Amino acid sequence: MTATSLRVVPAAPGPARWLGRVLAIVVLAFFSIFFVIPLVWLLLAPTKSTGQLDGLHGEVPFSFGSFDQLAQNFTQLVGFEDGIIWTWLGNSVFYSGVALVITILVTIPAGYALAMTNFRLRRALLITTLMVMLIPNTALALPIFLELSAIHVFGSPLAVILPFSFFPFGVYLAYIYFSTTMSHDLLDAARIDGAGELRVFTRIAMPLATPVIALVGFFSFVGNWNNYFLPFILEPGAQQIPVQVGLAQLISSTPEFNPTNGASLALTVSLPELAFATLISVAPVLIIFLFSQRFLVTGLTAGATKG
Amino acid sequence: MLYALYLSFTANGSFAGLDNFIRVFNDFRFLPAVEHVALFVVVWLVTLIVLVTLLALVVHGVRTRWLSATSRFLFYIPGALAGSASVMLWLFLLTPSVSPVAGLLDLLGLKSFTQIVSVENLPVVFTVVAFWTGAGGWIIIMYGALNTISTDIMEAARIDGAGPLKTAWYIQIPLMRKWIAYMAVVSLAGGTQLFVEPKILNLASRGVVPEAYSLNQLAYQIAFGPQADFNGSAAISIVLLVVALGLSAFFIFRGGLFDRD
Repeated sequence: MTATSLRVVPAAPGPARWLGRVLAIVVLAFFSIFFVIPLVWLLLAPTKSTGQLDGLHGEVPFSFGSFDQLAQNFTQLVGFEDGIIWTWLGNSVFYSGVALVITILVTIPAGYALAMTNFRLRRALLITTLMVMLIPNTALALPIFLELSAIHVFGSPLAVILPFSFFPFGVYLAYIYFSTTMSHDLLDAARIDGAGELRVFTRIAMPLATPVIALVGFFSFVGNWNNYFLPFILEPGAQQIPVQVGLAQLISSTPEFNPTNGASLALTVSLPELAFATLISVAPVLIIFLFSQRFLVTGLTAGATKG
Repeated sequence: MLYALYLSFTANGSFAGLDNFIRVFNDFRFLPAVEHVALFVVVWLVTLIVLVTLLALVVHGVRTRWLSATSRFLFYIPGALAGSASVMLWLFLLTPSVSPVAGLLDLLGLKSFTQIVSVENLPVVFTVVAFWTGAGGWIIIMYGALNTISTDIMEAARIDGAGPLKTAWYIQIPLMRKWIAYMAVVSLAGGTQLFVEPKILNLASRGVVPEAYSLNQLAYQIAFGPQADFNGSAAISIVLLVVALGLSAFFIFRGGLFDRD
């Protein structure tokens, strides 16, 4: 806040300074366009027919098709294999949702314990958490696969939910939050007043930790929703895959990209429908992003200053 | 992970020494896959570090408040489309017949989708996709880091006659070093694990993009393909892990990530 308001206006805006400003604005404008254009296109594509998308009749890329066409594409897409896209979306919601609940139930107390208490091996645990955090989960895919087959959950929803709930980054975030913002005095005061450890945690620490709970929840949900690799390996059935994996399946049914599979028309997906499916698959996350924009930008910044 | 380590050194339950490693190293798909991933990681890291630092400095330096806030927001939004959705979107953008930027592609001499996703172009294609999705979050983090630099220091530099360029080079960038190193480590770990992008392009390009383009895909093919060789696959995972950890250590020590200041 103060950083910007305290900044003193330069005394003499010479030509060099002017050039600098113009250059800065050009850079910003260029990258804004780079980041935004694909999104705008994605929003418009589902309103067109394949012919319109190709620009066969001289359509401009950034024109709006029609609502009729939008509705038609929607019916087509939903009709694909009896509305399997709903099943996929449902799976995504189910997997990410359950994993979200477990993640929060596990990471917040774990971060709290690491930050606020002293016990043997505490340091070792902390270092392990940090190390595991740096290992990308694709490297763990094979061990996870074998582990899950060993306990016979392979192919069931649990096969995805369990690894999704494993979120060391969340523990670390909670740890940083508790160790930098929570005062020991406050907790001691509650203990002197006769509150048990459980009560101290649920009545005092938890309410004060709302921001970090939201942050952990956000990262966990978005990460899991967009995860492709794990469900791709762990859920073999077409009925069990989440929508991200489903998208890739749709490509195989798109004649433009995969002519061999486009034999019978009833089983194919046209390009606008594919764009529509992409849009639907990211819609929940996109909406979360739009609404939590302010909170996210500050949250990430706060994390940066504390790290 | 320990289990993967165990698997990589055994065969059918008995100790096999380095056999698994030797077998996968001799696989005809191994070297190209290493090459692909290494090339991608280099292009990707250089682009990411240079552009994110530059953009964060510019966004931080712009004095008009709404302009800075809006651009941060616009840069960040594509982050919602991680994973297969972003590859899918770029699939459209890189198909000349439907692409809104077909003119631009044409200008670069790219006329067909198969030509664009030819193996030589892929590191650049993946970099563009990954940058589009991931850079915004990093720009915001760097922006936060720039905000923590005390105004006194900046003021002092300005009074000493340093222009924006000098301030950036001698003060802001050195103070951001830790964050740049952190970004490099995290992106490096992610970059070596390339999987979704080539996987989807393989599906969409009628095989122009090979099935085992990246190391992870190769590991997947070996484990779940006709060979069903879990030990060999574990060996690849371990190699990847060791390389990623080694390079991360390099960045951590160079960037002084664990220094106390």
